[in-house]
Amino acid sequence: MADVKKIATRESYGNALAELALDYPDLVVLDADLAAATKTGVFKKAYPERHIDCGIAESNMVGIAAGLATTGKIPFVSSFAMFAAGRAFEQVRNSVGYPKLNVKIGATHAGISVGEDGATHQCCEDIALMRTIPGMVVINPSDDVEAKAAVKAALDHQGPVYLRFGRLAVPVINDTPDYKFEIGKGVVLREGKDVTLIATGLEVSETLAAAEKLAADGIDAKVINIHTIKPLDEDLVTAAAKETGKVVTVEEHSVIGGLGSAVCDCLCAKAPVPVLKIGVNDTFGESGPAAELIKKYGLDAEGIYAKVKEFMS
Amino acid sequence: MDTLALKKTANEVRKGIVTAVHSAKSGHPGGSLSAADILTYLYFEEMNIDPKDPKKADRDRFVLSKGHIAPGLYSTLAHRGYFPVEDLETLRHVGSYLQGHPDMKHIPGVDMSSGSLGQGGSAAVGMALAGKMDNASYRVFCLFGDGEIQEGQVWEAAMFAGARKLDNLVFIVDNNGLQIDGSIEDVCSPYPIADKFRAFNFNVIEIDAHDFGQIGDAFQKAKETKGMPTAIIAKSVKGKGVSFMENQASWHGSAPNDEQYAQAIADLEKIGESL
Repeated sequence: MADVKKIATRESYGNALAELALDYPDLVVLDADLAAATKTGVFKKAYPERHIDCGIAESNMVGIAAGLATTGKIPFVSSFAMFAAGRAFEQVRNSVGYPKLNVKIGATHAGISVGEDGATHQCCEDIALMRTIPGMVVINPSDDVEAKAAVKAALDHQGPVYLRFGRLAVPVINDTPDYKFEIGKGVVLREGKDVTLIATGLEVSETLAAAEKLAADGIDAKVINIHTIKPLDEDLVTAAAKETGKVVTVEEHSVIGGLGSAVCDCLCAKAPVPVLKIGVNDTFGESGPAAELIKKYGLDAEGIYAKVKEFMS
Repeated sequence: MDTLALKKTANEVRKGIVTAVHSAKSGHPGGSLSAADILTYLYFEEMNIDPKDPKKADRDRFVLSKGHIAPGLYSTLAHRGYFPVEDLETLRHVGSYLQGHPDMKHIPGVDMSSGSLGQGGSAAVGMALAGKMDNASYRVFCLFGDGEIQEGQVWEAAMFAGARKLDNLVFIVDNNGLQIDGSIEDVCSPYPIADKFRAFNFNVIEIDAHDFGQIGDAFQKAKETKGMPTAIIAKSVKGKGVSFMENQASWHGSAPNDEQYAQAIADLEKIGESL
């Protein structure tokens, strides 16, 4: 994958908003003094009258978005995952989720791949928080193509959507002519009969690489990209579990409450099989270059490979 | 403005409040009664609304940030014709659309769901901002409790509203001086309230919340004020109109029993007869 183009999905977010603005006149974008980092700057430059900088006040920003949505606007609230899902959780729950308002939350800088800023800014709890809110759609795209498609899908969806983006440039893996994004539909990226690896976000490309290494050892892994954690593609997950008998989930998020939990919630009722949850193990992150942290926390292809090998033995 | 008619209506709104809370055997009568005159003025005099078309695009908006006084809002809406007054007796009952706190998805006339204190102001700001972006003529009103403004988000919203010069926005503080744990000064004083809003670039008007002349003047001044939002600090009596509830923090969130309910209605009947 050395020569593959790499783009951070936060870049995709800003670019998608700017590209879609013309077709969606009700689309407005809100930031809390982080437009330069959430990459909505490109939208702000092209449509200054439709960009609202709320200052460093994320709770208020979410409430303003709720008010805008009551008038028919489609607000995209942009901030780091820590503040959008964490700081403003209760505003998202009560001012957006409960009245089912058409607010989209663009949460960048998710997970430990925030890197050098360290634990205070590395949100590994956002998926867990957001998926507990009734009616909330939770999307964690794997690359540039998927992230842009997810923004468009969120625009076309009536109701609250949480979109999770990353700071780290990740390989473009979905640049294929037949790529299609549908909310709630998982994507089988590799067929296999021994185990199903279910990954989300930037872990999808790492998991694909891990599957290749496993294949060299004679382990035939099926790989599924779950970009929509809620609603989960339960049919696909259940069928894969029945087919392979073992499941591994991979996410750059706490093993508590995220993709792994969502998959287990599904499988414990529909197809109980052994599940290995790979993610951030109930710990805070730390400072360091993103790629090194991904490796240190066992979330690179090598780390995934080693854990699956152990799980399979 | 027909002050006598407004007074009579407000008295009926108050009867609806105690009836609803009595029927629910829970709820918040004290703050509902303190805000009843303001609510009556807004819905019967000030706001451009149509109970037959609750969602009309150019309507004025009202956000009840102190959502726990839902009985006050519901009674006002019912008397204004949004839904039957008899339905007030279903407040907080299982299956009723009259939820314990305002629910915009199911209650005609409710412009924003609220109840978690501090959040309504931000939604009102969003509505006002949308009005500015669209060059719409509608105005937005938001009612806070004086205890509620201890919530930091209120001031985030106020800072934004002041900075953006949202002159289509009016914040109202129901200054009854009491919260659950006692007087607002003893618990954590928000005073000076007027100076705080001035510092956030608001046009500030201080009034008696039970004087329709002052209420009318305040909203007129708010309408005429350009280039800044208005904050109306309305000094009120918690439990206003029901003798044994007046100025008692204990009536913030408790319902009258049958005997107390009869007394409350008798008090209000007496007020009605005196008008």
